[in-house]
Amino acid sequence: MFQLAMIISLILLSVSILVGLYRVMKGPSMPDRVIALDAIGINLIAMVAVISVTFRTSAYLEVILLMGIIAFIGTVAFSKYIERGIIIESKRDN
Amino acid sequence: MSWLHSVVLLPFLYALMIPFLYRYASRIHTGWFVLPLPLIIFIVLGSWLQGISEGETMLYTLSWIPAYGINLSFYVDGLSLVFGFLISGIGALVVLYSIFYLSKTRELLHNFYVYMLLFMGAMLGVVFSDNLIGFYLFWELTSISSFLLIAFWYQRKKSRNGAQKAMLITVSGGFSMLVGIIMLHSMAGTYSIRGIISQAGELQDHSLFVPAMIFVLIGSFAKSAQFPFHIWLPDAMEAPTPISAYLHSATMVKAGIYAIARFTPFFGGTGEWFWIITSVGLITLFWGAVNAMKQTDLKALLAFSTISQLGLIMSLLGIGSLALAVQEEAEAALYTTAILAAVFHLVNHSTFKGCLFMVIGIIDHETGTRDTRKLGGLMSLMPISFTLTLIGSLSMAGVPPFNGFLSKELFFTSSLSLEEAGVFSAGGAGLLIPAVAWVASVFTFVYSMILIFHTFRGKYRPRRLEKKPKEAPLGMLISPAVLAAFVIGIFFAPNVLAHYVLEPMVASVLPGNAGDFSIHIEAWHGFNTELFMTIGVISLGSLLFMTWNKWKGIFSLFPQVYTLNNAYASGIFKAEQRAYSFTNLYMSGLTRDYIQYILGILILLTGGMLFFSDNISFQQIDISTVEVYEILLAAGLVAGALTVMLASKRLTAIIAVGAVGYLVALFFVIFRAPDLALTQLVVETVSVALYLLCLRFLPEFRFRETARRVQIPNLIISLGVGVLITCFTLAAQGNKLFPSVSVYFEDSYELAGSRNMVNAILADFRGFDTLLEIMVLCIAGLGVYSLISLRMREKGDDGEN
Repeated sequence: MFQLAMIISLILLSVSILVGLYRVMKGPSMPDRVIALDAIGINLIAMVAVISVTFRTSAYLEVILLMGIIAFIGTVAFSKYIERGIIIESKRDN
Repeated sequence: MSWLHSVVLLPFLYALMIPFLYRYASRIHTGWFVLPLPLIIFIVLGSWLQGISEGETMLYTLSWIPAYGINLSFYVDGLSLVFGFLISGIGALVVLYSIFYLSKTRELLHNFYVYMLLFMGAMLGVVFSDNLIGFYLFWELTSISSFLLIAFWYQRKKSRNGAQKAMLITVSGGFSMLVGIIMLHSMAGTYSIRGIISQAGELQDHSLFVPAMIFVLIGSFAKSAQFPFHIWLPDAMEAPTPISAYLHSATMVKAGIYAIARFTPFFGGTGEWFWIITSVGLITLFWGAVNAMKQTDLKALLAFSTISQLGLIMSLLGIGSLALAVQEEAEAALYTTAILAAVFHLVNHSTFKGCLFMVIGIIDHETGTRDTRKLGGLMSLMPISFTLTLIGSLSMAGVPPFNGFLSKELFFTSSLSLEEAGVFSAGGAGLLIPAVAWVASVFTFVYSMILIFHTFRGKYRPRRLEKKPKEAPLGMLISPAVLAAFVIGIFFAPNVLAHYVLEPMVASVLPGNAGDFSIHIEAWHGFNTELFMTIGVISLGSLLFMTWNKWKGIFSLFPQVYTLNNAYASGIFKAEQRAYSFTNLYMSGLTRDYIQYILGILILLTGGMLFFSDNISFQQIDISTVEVYEILLAAGLVAGALTVMLASKRLTAIIAVGAVGYLVALFFVIFRAPDLALTQLVVETVSVALYLLCLRFLPEFRFRETARRVQIPNLIISLGVGVLITCFTLAAQGNKLFPSVSVYFEDSYELAGSRNMVNAILADFRGFDTLLEIMVLCIAGLGVYSLISLRMREKGDDGEN
């Protein structure tokens, strides 16, 4: 029963990733894609969490933390790129 | 080491000293230091003459690479001794001549004598070598030193062209010779010429016998300027005249003759050997004589004459090889005469041709031209040169009382003997061969007369000459005079030469017949066919020469375009052109194309192997159960990959790549690889960030505009690669040959003190890989840093490479 619930939630998460990917592919604007990517990242975190419960292991907790940080950094980087055209600004602009 | 080794190796050692002598004893002409060396060699060889003429031989071996049977083993018998005499004797005369010919102040004498000594040593090595690899080594050394000598005046374009042509042809021939040598080795199992000849009868049915023969023959023909490889010799006349006299009349061009004479006991007696050598020799004889007549440059005339005479010697060797095929003693003796004629003419040709070249060099030196159209009437101005030319030319034409007469008579005798032969159905050709030989002799007579009369007789035209002609200095005349003395001396005392020199020579060409014959050469045979042939040659030749002006126009009737030289030149030109356009065809400079080649060939080779071999099957694939979410994730992966390909903007593609990377990380999670998942996530993020960094510097992406012509092959190839790799993975999965070794790593806690197996493998069991991967990252980091910082620094410069 528990296992089934886990698998169902995994499937749902996969479907939501697919939907997110559709948004990534389709667009139409760049922010749409970035938001979708962020959402995929969150979905992935959830999926990893569900998987680690399914596998009864704590080995993936680091993965979850890392993905949280990376998804954030990635979204910020994309946003900054879309806004400014660059990510890391050098002090003297030549 | 032995005396024999020092004879061959001494010139090389001495060549090392020449530059020092040139530098520190510059008051004396360097040639004087060189002169003693060939004389010493000549004397050392002379001391062996008695023994050799009594049938002794000498064999000395110096180990070189004994494990492969390659040694510097030197062997002396009649044949090699005579060549040794020619090389050292004419070498000494040429050195003496060159001392007076080459200016001490204007010429690079150290180069000249170093090359010359290299050549002398190499040539001695060729004739004395018993080991075929040593033989080939020296053979190539003669090619190289000849190349250097032809281009001695390297400022001239013609010298360089002549040297290049000679190099290309003789070295190609040399490679052919090497192939022949390797075949001989694989047949006989030894590199020793003695050893190979001792197996002569047994190997005639070997499948490599004829190919080896043909390769050896091509090598010899290219070296000895036989038809159609003769074209390099006239162009090699750009060399200084002493070199033409030495290399291109007396020694190097006879290396091929030597090789053929040397291999006659092995290959001889077969029909192929007889027909190839005889016919090539006769064609060369005829063609050289025809071409020699129309030359206006004296050295070119002598070059074609050399070609023609080499053809004569070659055809005689061919006829003589029949002695090994016939059983009857009387008949064999008949063919032995041909070998005798060949070796006799070989010696004679070296004497009179060396003499003629030197005299032509004198004329060139004293008048400033070698053109027969400018020369004339020099007889009273240069009486000694005239006498020497007369002796040499009449000997070449085969007129008594000079040695050329004797060898020409023997030549006619041998060619007539074929008529009587029944072997190899020479019947019809039996008449053809003496006829061709006779006509060629007539032509020889004509060009010999041209040489004498157009140079020394006729009207003296001082205005056309660059210098005021006068007789050459005495030192220059010594060498041709010595050779001319030999020309006459051999005529009057041929049997001295025959006994001491020619008999052992014939004995080494035809070892089986040794001792069965004693040679007696006579100038007067009585009224026989040969004599009438000679009378015919002289009378018809004189007639043709008298009427020369009336019929010389006949040469312009022949097409001038379709010559072998043009064929060679256009062949080289076209080969370059074709190679160039072929390279241009596939080396498009587009990385896209090269990747297509690489992947296309991968598909063809690997896929072809997979398809045609039945060893790979998909039968026993051991598949675990597939979960639904795995399928969904895989679908996401496919969707991401498709997005990358179909994206119309770069940013979309990069985001999709990122999505694919994260999905792969998720797969790592599902397949229980937390370390991989961690690393993958971080690396993917960093890479996406780097892509975005690059994005700023890239132009607008225009995927849609890529031509369909490019897209379709790309699609086919990428599909092919995908299918191939999938099939391979599945096949490999189903065909595991042995169980995994990973059981061993499960003890990682006991063995390495780590509960994390992946990390234990990375840092402990297989730490070396990690070390080097750290190094890769270091190099990458340093590389990026240096690329960026160097670019910064050179920003001001225009030429940024």
